[in-house]
Amino acid sequence: MTIQNHPAAEFAKAIRAHALRMVYRSRASHIGTCLSVADLLAVLYACVLRVDPQNPQWEERDRFIMSKGHAAAITYAALAERGFFPADRLNSYCEDGSKLGGHVTQYGMPGVELSTGSLGHGLPVGCGMALAGKRDAKPYRVFVLLSDGELDEGSNWEAALFAAHHQLDNLLVIIDYNKIQSFGTVEEVLDLEPLAEKWRAFRWAVREIDGHDYAQIEDALVSAPFASGRPTVIIAHTVKGKGVSFMENLLAWHYKSPTEEQLRLALAELGIDIEEHIHQHIV
Amino acid sequence: MRNTFINTLCELAEEEERIWLLTGDLGFSVLEQFVDRFPNRYVNVGVAEQNMTGVAAGLAMSGKIVFTYSIANFPTFRCLEQIRNDVCYHQLDVKIVAVGGGLAYGSAGYTHHAIEDLAVMRAMPNMKVAAPGDPFEAREVTRAIAREQGPCYLRLGKAGEPNVHQRPPAFSIGRAIPVREGFDAAVLSTGGMLQTAVAAAEICARRGGSVAVYSVPWIKPLDVELIRELAQRFALLVTVEEARSSGGLGGAVAELVAETQAPKARLIRIGLEDSDICDVLHHSVFSQESARAVLRFDSQGIADRVLEALR
Repeated sequence: MTIQNHPAAEFAKAIRAHALRMVYRSRASHIGTCLSVADLLAVLYACVLRVDPQNPQWEERDRFIMSKGHAAAITYAALAERGFFPADRLNSYCEDGSKLGGHVTQYGMPGVELSTGSLGHGLPVGCGMALAGKRDAKPYRVFVLLSDGELDEGSNWEAALFAAHHQLDNLLVIIDYNKIQSFGTVEEVLDLEPLAEKWRAFRWAVREIDGHDYAQIEDALVSAPFASGRPTVIIAHTVKGKGVSFMENLLAWHYKSPTEEQLRLALAELGIDIEEHIHQHIV
Repeated sequence: MRNTFINTLCELAEEEERIWLLTGDLGFSVLEQFVDRFPNRYVNVGVAEQNMTGVAAGLAMSGKIVFTYSIANFPTFRCLEQIRNDVCYHQLDVKIVAVGGGLAYGSAGYTHHAIEDLAVMRAMPNMKVAAPGDPFEAREVTRAIAREQGPCYLRLGKAGEPNVHQRPPAFSIGRAIPVREGFDAAVLSTGGMLQTAVAAAEICARRGGSVAVYSVPWIKPLDVELIRELAQRFALLVTVEEARSSGGLGGAVAELVAETQAPKARLIRIGLEDSDICDVLHHSVFSQESARAVLRFDSQGIADRVLEALR
């Protein structure tokens, strides 16, 4: 993987490593989807979101909803790297009695706005937050990250109508378009194309980007809204499993967790000093 | 009751500016006064109840007290997972208001009946469930749920129900309200069945049965203390509801009585059973009044069933 010279690069590397270790330890699924959104989360948390880890409930904070709740490991990793809680808590991922559930869960975890996991919930809730922000003249923005398979859920399209009708230009949707859903490719299961045209037809301002190019991601997130009075959708073309060659574009990594050997290989590919990582986070 | 609801909500919204009202494109000739007075705290979200409930959750997470409003089956069943995950799991200040509960939309057809609502809403975590018996109760319940932190379900009838109580009754969350005294049997009525339950008790009285009537506006939390006491005091307890008795008031009382040590009372549950629904309501159209008569839960039918049980 080419390392780009961008402040998000180190952040992305760190959260990929955390997520790999978390799913390895817990034998959990969804590493492919975590790696798919790693660069998006890195830019959001390293460069874009106006949040205060010391004051997670700050009224004027930007709201971020991980609507594809199965990307939980990497979401918790991003919150830890941003300083919402110590990184050693990540090792409790999916453990009995832990606050870090296998889908993003608001067990009072600082920085988690909404429990998700059932798809199609994040955007309607984001619309409510954005509407409150508009009517109360608050400066915050609301970010909702959706998966491509999630767009099969009709509730998104109810919300898409709503956001445009109410001119919620403080609302920004990012679609993790890795083209692989739970049991097949998007094209095979329920084709979304022409996706950008659909959103345009719903009166959203649309930009398509490479979801692994930090400069493109940052530029899109910072320059939104692209049109006053229009909600924004950024269609991020991504690769499921991005960053670990043997996981890329393979449906199986929606389910499998890596063996110890695979974890070592994956960390090595990321350029992580394995012994140091193990010493720091496992021993 | 729906007019009492909106009048009360407007009074509350005057004092509490966090109160919002969302509708799923229903409420013609009911909601206008709220829309006119508080346009900035009102949204017609369109015919989209999943989104309505999600938006309500997002607003509540931003500090609002949000009422969602529609005909009874729409803001409940259509968006049940949004209610459970977004509203109940997050313990949000969202108050789901259903008009036309039960068979109020009788001849409109079974798509508009809401008879599973009490059972389903009662199963939702953190949810309080209320079905007021007359406009006095509707006013008190509306005031209570606006004050009470967390999710609430309010089941209303339509319009034009009379007051059954002589004056506003003493009221608190989770408490049943005594309406009529008696010593042979106690009838527990919820929602808009109250007037019918009182009429049934009067018929029983003319035929030699002495029947007490209690209004149960709160199905959750249930008035556990009172119902346990009634189960010890009376030989017969009767629940009455225009809803599936499984899981509704009948179910709630049955669970409680079954767990009460050596209850004196036998329990009969008057409400809708699978057979009523599948063999009757799914075959022909009936007005609310006719359906009650056909299914023997009009005042005559209830009186007959109570007296049969007392024999």
